Amino acid sequence: MDKTKRRDLIISFVLIACIFLIVAVLEQILPKTSMLFTVLKKGSIYALVAVSMNLLNGFTGLFSLGQAGFMLLGAYTYAVLTIPVKSRAAVYQYYDGGIIQFAVPVAVGILLAGVVAAFFAYLIGLPVLHLKSDYLAIATLGFAEIIRAIFQWDKLGGLTNGSNLLRRFPIFRSALFPFAVSGFCIAIIVLLINSTYGRAFKAIRDDEVAAEAMGINLAHHKRLAFTISSFFAGISGALLAMFQTTVQASQFKSAMTYEILLIVVIGGIGSITGSCISSFLFIACSEWWLRFLDNADTYIGGFHVPLLRPGFRKVVFSIVIMAIVLLYQRGIMGDKEFSIEGIRKWLSKKLRKKEAHA
Amino acid sequence: MSSTVLEMNDITMQFGGVVAVNSLTMHVDQGEIVSLIGPNGAGKTTAFNVITGVYAPTNGNVFFMGKKIVENHPVGKMKKLYAGTDNGKYTGHLEPTPDQITKLGIARTFQNIRLWKSQSVFDNVLIAKHLRRTSNVFTATFRLNAVEEKRQREETAELLNILGLYGVKDNNCTSLPYGLQRRLEIARALATEPTLLLLDEPAAGMNPQETIELTDFIGKIRDDFKLTVCMIEHHMDLVMNISDRIYVLNFGALISKGTPAEVQSDPAVIAAYLGEEKNA
Amino acid sequence: MGFFQSNLPYLLAGISTGGQYALIAIGYTMVYGILRLINFAHGDVFMCAALMVIYSASYMPLYVSLPLAVIATGVIGFAIERVAYKPLRTAPRMSAMISAIGMSYLLQNLALYVTGGLTKYYPSVPFIADSIEIFGAMTKRVTVITPFVTIILIVALVSIIKYTKIGIAMRAVSRDFETAQLMGVRINSVISATFVIGSLLAAIGSILFFSNYTGVTPTVGGMPGLKAFVAAVFGGIGSIPGAVIGAFIIGICENIIKGLGWTTFSDAFTFVLLIIVLMFMPTGLFGEKATDKV
Repeated sequence: MDKTKRRDLIISFVLIACIFLIVAVLEQILPKTSMLFTVLKKGSIYALVAVSMNLLNGFTGLFSLGQAGFMLLGAYTYAVLTIPVKSRAAVYQYYDGGIIQFAVPVAVGILLAGVVAAFFAYLIGLPVLHLKSDYLAIATLGFAEIIRAIFQWDKLGGLTNGSNLLRRFPIFRSALFPFAVSGFCIAIIVLLINSTYGRAFKAIRDDEVAAEAMGINLAHHKRLAFTISSFFAGISGALLAMFQTTVQASQFKSAMTYEILLIVVIGGIGSITGSCISSFLFIACSEWWLRFLDNADTYIGGFHVPLLRPGFRKVVFSIVIMAIVLLYQRGIMGDKEFSIEGIRKWLSKKLRKKEAHA
Repeated sequence: MSSTVLEMNDITMQFGGVVAVNSLTMHVDQGEIVSLIGPNGAGKTTAFNVITGVYAPTNGNVFFMGKKIVENHPVGKMKKLYAGTDNGKYTGHLEPTPDQITKLGIARTFQNIRLWKSQSVFDNVLIAKHLRRTSNVFTATFRLNAVEEKRQREETAELLNILGLYGVKDNNCTSLPYGLQRRLEIARALATEPTLLLLDEPAAGMNPQETIELTDFIGKIRDDFKLTVCMIEHHMDLVMNISDRIYVLNFGALISKGTPAEVQSDPAVIAAYLGEEKNA
Repeated sequence: MGFFQSNLPYLLAGISTGGQYALIAIGYTMVYGILRLINFAHGDVFMCAALMVIYSASYMPLYVSLPLAVIATGVIGFAIERVAYKPLRTAPRMSAMISAIGMSYLLQNLALYVTGGLTKYYPSVPFIADSIEIFGAMTKRVTVITPFVTIILIVALVSIIKYTKIGIAMRAVSRDFETAQLMGVRINSVISATFVIGSLLAAIGSILFFSNYTGVTPTVGGMPGLKAFVAAVFGGIGSIPGAVIGAFIIGICENIIKGLGWTTFSDAFTFVLLIIVLMFMPTGLFGEKATDKV
């Protein structure tokens, strides 16, 4: 690796370390219930699943709408396997304590969440990955719905607790935990994208006929992208379970997939940093900043602002999203990444302009 | 004594009742440049698509370097629609995918340029090296394949250099002028380390000067890379100047074959291109 | 006879739901045939039609509010196309689909805002919503009426497509978009007409559907919408008769499954069917094969 690249890499690491440091400091000085932490936690979780969806949609060109299904698999795998044995009787109260009577450590649970999701992705991928984009979208959406129905089935209640929720599994307290796990996973995805396989994925996206003609086996590579993406979606499902402290199949509707898709589009299809940024923005807007729009008792001076009541926030939010989809089709970052090199170039352009004026 | 690189036997390609290629038999020997010509719609690109595995033929087989790589015969519904006569001669079902064909050593370019538009010139060629990898997705992701990656990048740089594209290697491929884009497609095909190169209308859209340069270029890469070349073309000066042998197709069937001189004077070829003289 | 009697309600419900899905499915298949776009918002248009009836029914008599709601739904369909799809006609397919999803999201959130999250109940349409007895089974009259209404509307639609100028234009556009434009077909009018027709049919479908299942929530359009789309795929995208047959099959099977006690899987059945169709018969029952030129 040449010198400038090595220097940029070190700067990137330092910046990321700074972000972690800032979060740690914020956790000490701000009250625990601050909305900021909800945004940071949920945002980092959604960042991971958004990046995993971007891997599939943006980098390989496979329009899949099954993310919620894989998050569901990951969440359930984690919850089912990590509930402490002594709590199982209470949680599985309608199913005689459930059929699983052991518990695995948190790290193993998270890893297995990814593995199980990846396994199902492999199975599902076999019949559907060769379909045209719109059909693939509907087929994966369908699979997600089938998975959700299966997990609500009471005959499997010994494992899944049927339509009752799962709880009492280990959770995290600090926002640094999801940050660390998501950050680590996203780093792996970045490595993948910049490897020879990542380039092959992009070739499939740009022109799969040419890719096949140049020796890239479409079935194998599509399956690879699908499985890897679902692995990380599964892990994000486990993190989401830890964040929500309860898991229930009905939480993982297709609306969740749509939100992730919108996050990816807003951030820029094909940009990992875009997905990360837009994930935090999306969560901040929908959970925190636009909350005032739901407050029916808002007054400006003595004037009671009409229209504001619960639900208005989401309407405004949806309109904003439509505006972005229609007007800023390339999203915040387009298909570019936030890089030290990029900042350096931008700075030098500004300096040159300054010198030209002087 | 040169060996036969490519051999097509009785290849018929039918789409439903439409016969696109009718019992085509042809061969290409080591080191030759063979051209496939004929009016538009004669079935030339379809023949290429059969060789490269894009279509499975309705009937017939293909041999590459003495090994059978494609074979098929009519089954099911196609049996009734099949318009040919040599039933029963070909009994196998060998339907490889295009990537398997490329791995064997047959590379192609396209009639309409199919470069990967979001990628740079360099990456377009580098991606074509992916099929010769020995790494898997884990070793590649965690950079355990650093040595192989370095070697592939060096080979790519060298290929671009030989083909005169090194100067623009970091530009996006769509920023290249048309002629250079066609050359880039050829560079990309060469990156797969082929034995046989199939060029589909390499001179399309080129002016006479560019066509002359292309003529030299094709001869040069044939010599430097020890290739065998099969080419579809409409530019007759290029075809006549460079081809060792020519096959002429019309309405999917072979109407003439031979050296450029033989084909040029064949009345069947003249009739196909210019139409028959009325009451000469 | 007892078996028949106990399952007849489900069969009737199936035929009725099938007809309602058919009216929605036509909208999907027509739009997809022309624009190659899955109009995700179509199911929510179906829901909006119902809400409009509910709210207007408190201000005016039903025989005014029903036709008004149907017309308004047609207008909504027209507006959605103009706002969300027309600007993206030259954009990649995925952008248009994302816009459709965004539109669906917007409609659902609007409905959530307006209703305040409470389930609204459809007014009882006289004659249609009355309970009647068929062969000893109790059901609402709407379940019997639906198939007839559906068939009449479809015959009318197919006649329009076959014999009128706008119908021929629609067929031309779905065959080859660009050539039709070059031949002077007024694309915008054709596309708008397609959306309006689809929305009108969905509105009528919603009257029939909600006279039977009276609860209306913002997300109530999601499932019927998806199922109607599956019906369209099953029948062969672009084929109206196919979509109708697919819809009836789905409606009947879904209710039989409910009758057998596997209610959780009645929804999943539709998707299993979809997967099977996509794997073994991607062009559906009556669809046309498209070949890709390399």
